[in-house]
Amino acid sequence: MAALQAGDDNAAETLVRTHAPRMLGVATRVLGDRALAEDCVQEAFVNAFRKIGDFEQRSSLSSWLRRIVVNQALMKLRSRKAKAETSIDALMPIFDGDACRIEPAWPHLATPDEICEHADRRALVLAKIAELPDSYRIILKLRDIEEMSSREVSELLNLSEGNIRVRLHRARAALKVLLEPILKGEE
Amino acid sequence: MARRSTKSIRNWARGVAYRYVPMMITCQEFEDFVIAYLEGELPRRQTVVFELHLKVCRECRDYLTSYKRTIEVSKRAFQEPGQQIPDEVPEDLVRAILAARQA
Repeated sequence: MAALQAGDDNAAETLVRTHAPRMLGVATRVLGDRALAEDCVQEAFVNAFRKIGDFEQRSSLSSWLRRIVVNQALMKLRSRKAKAETSIDALMPIFDGDACRIEPAWPHLATPDEICEHADRRALVLAKIAELPDSYRIILKLRDIEEMSSREVSELLNLSEGNIRVRLHRARAALKVLLEPILKGEE
Repeated sequence: MARRSTKSIRNWARGVAYRYVPMMITCQEFEDFVIAYLEGELPRRQTVVFELHLKVCRECRDYLTSYKRTIEVSKRAFQEPGQQIPDEVPEDLVRAILAARQA
């Protein structure tokens, strides 16, 4: 760490070679585009080298770098032409006038193995996730795929933890409806 | 007077039971607890109430099972090749990063 903070070239190269694969994985999953992810990782490292003097080792180096790359990916997503967000209200759980849930019976529920062993079904799952509006999809990816805590996500997105949980829950509930034919083995 | 169907009478009875039987919650109240329950953050008494509802309500049981399966399937879809951590980063990317550092 001292060598890195002193600007040592070898230490910088080791840092890049050690952490770039993981950072590229995170950026690819968040952005859904490998070329964009590579740009993002490059920009994230430039930022990291600029800020390395401020790194106080309160968190691990890898989680500090992950925060930087996610932040960079979010900036990239924001800079894309903003699409009008579609509402997901129609995908929310339904209750009748007696506050009872209306939910179809699920006699068969496919396992993750059954679904993901077929490349076409796996691609369909990824396509359904991509259908979620940005403000829900990003939170779902950071919480469920990158396994970041609500607190970490709330700091990155400048939203309260409560807001993150509400959006995460709505994103999962909407995705459940979108995935229903796949989960039931109908597609 | 409009007649209720068998299904709506059943739902009405469920609604009354969930609302007025002690330690019961409605499906709509259950919905508010889902995320805290899955994260193990519900206080003990609320956990008991939540799990009691789960025992008696087929709809919420099916809902929660498919909700959890949705999370598992999403995770799994991203763990497959092409979505995982790459073994190697292209050499030209490493060079570009190191060159950008010097700039």
